[in-house]
Amino acid sequence: MTITLNHFSAAAVFALFASIVFGITHRETTRDMVRYGLYCFVMFLGGVLVAGWAMWVLRR
Amino acid sequence: MANSTTDKRSAQTETVSMMSVVAPAVGWFIPGAGHMIQKRWTRGLLLFVSIATLFLLGLAMQGRIYRANGGDILDILGFIGDVGAGGLYIVTLAMDWGQGAIAFATADYGTKFMIVAGLLNFIAVADAYHIAIGKKQ
Repeated sequence: MTITLNHFSAAAVFALFASIVFGITHRETTRDMVRYGLYCFVMFLGGVLVAGWAMWVLRR
Repeated sequence: MANSTTDKRSAQTETVSMMSVVAPAVGWFIPGAGHMIQKRWTRGLLLFVSIATLFLLGLAMQGRIYRANGGDILDILGFIGDVGAGGLYIVTLAMDWGQGAIAFATADYGTKFMIVAGLLNFIAVADAYHIAIGKKQ
């Protein structure tokens, strides 16, 4: 079985699972874990979008 | 009375020190299990699903698994990352999966997914240890 993900979906899957692990391992309470997990997820995806647009600008 | 209190304390200390060895070891072999044996069921399950899914997706994307090597520094680091996945890594090696397919452009993402899954498991193992020694709830 071969799964083919494009760059953005691969980044989104990566961001989702890495954020879950970061949230659980880096915070003490459940509430803080959820908040930190969401923060990491937004930062991961935000970083991808910013880097993508930065490369688009550099290419022109 | 004093003796009974001392005995209880010593038994508790022994349990903590035993758990501080067992939890990280089990957690390394089966991602999330280090939390589960300390009754952190939800956290353990979420860790298992996250790490195992990332690793298996990497395999399904035709990623390459690193074997023990003494060559290029990046290959050594790749091996260290992969080894973190514990049982998943051992099964993958035993079944001779993870050969990597250069025909697929996404295979390189798969390789990175498996390395990151192993590295995330190292973090989960450290967290299980911190719970075992009472540094974290």
